[in-house]
Amino acid sequence: MAADHVDHHEHHPYGLAHQFEDMAQQKESVLLGMWSFLITEILFFGGYFLTYLVYRVNYPVAFNEGSHHLDIGLGAFNTVVLILSSLTMAMAVHKSHEGSRNGTLGYLIATFILGGVFLCVKYFEYSAKFEHGLVPGLAWHPHGEQSPQLALFFSLYFGMTGMHALHMIIGAGLLIWLLVKTAKGTYTAEYNAPVEIFGLYWHFVDIVWIFLFPLLYLLGRH
Amino acid sequence: MAEHHNSPTVGTYLAVFSTLMVLTALTVWAAFQDLGPYGDLVAMLIACSKATVVIIYFMHVKYSSRLLWLFVAAGFLFLLILFAFTMADYVSRGWLGAPSSHYLSIQ
Repeated sequence: MAADHVDHHEHHPYGLAHQFEDMAQQKESVLLGMWSFLITEILFFGGYFLTYLVYRVNYPVAFNEGSHHLDIGLGAFNTVVLILSSLTMAMAVHKSHEGSRNGTLGYLIATFILGGVFLCVKYFEYSAKFEHGLVPGLAWHPHGEQSPQLALFFSLYFGMTGMHALHMIIGAGLLIWLLVKTAKGTYTAEYNAPVEIFGLYWHFVDIVWIFLFPLLYLLGRH
Repeated sequence: MAEHHNSPTVGTYLAVFSTLMVLTALTVWAAFQDLGPYGDLVAMLIACSKATVVIIYFMHVKYSSRLLWLFVAAGFLFLLILFAFTMADYVSRGWLGAPSSHYLSIQ
């Protein structure tokens, strides 16, 4: 029994938690766990999208007017930036599977920078909304007949893009943690689950924006 | 580890990225066309296509186990239930001329 115990430790793969049989089982559990979390996130954002749908169907005039107040160029630019960051993130996971520390590090840094660019653009967009008095409750200037319904649109705009931006900020924080661990050489070709599940999170945040962009910036443009 | 022998290549990732860029350009272009009542539908179809491509390739669902595939599909099924049941309520309000018709209802 004792010899068996020692033997087990000698062959214990790096990064394998003791409750798992092998790396494959651990990876499967980790991915399933991350997807469980992402499904709660999908339903969480689903509430926002559903609210948007109900109000948009009720107040189409105000919601069409709302999209005209948003900068389509900045929205499209941010869409490209975020999809590009998804590509660099996918490449980071790819490099970590190959066991390339520097490759992983490089693509994670690129992802971090692109995330930062997105948030900077968002900051300028928000500032413009304050300047133009389009922030319900804080700086609201429209006085027309549709003003209350337009305020609903902008409440949803700030709620949805704000919650999305919060996810980006949390993601950027996690990226710094991943960068430090990667630089230290914590991850190998066999053990890289943290990089992979962070990738899932980052792609999820990208998907949310893929829906936010047409819903807020594009619908009712014609 | 056995499932990793068919993981995506760099070429796949670049093809996925190009597809997403083309679809982004398409949705911006379509937003300025007169598609009548179908404009919203086209925008949402393009967004759903983009999301599907991201999930299948970037998020590796195509290369994952059947169990994970089922898990992800179940998540979206519940999203569909959230939308379908809520909209069934809003859309059907006022059909019977009940006193609740002053509540928010879809015309």
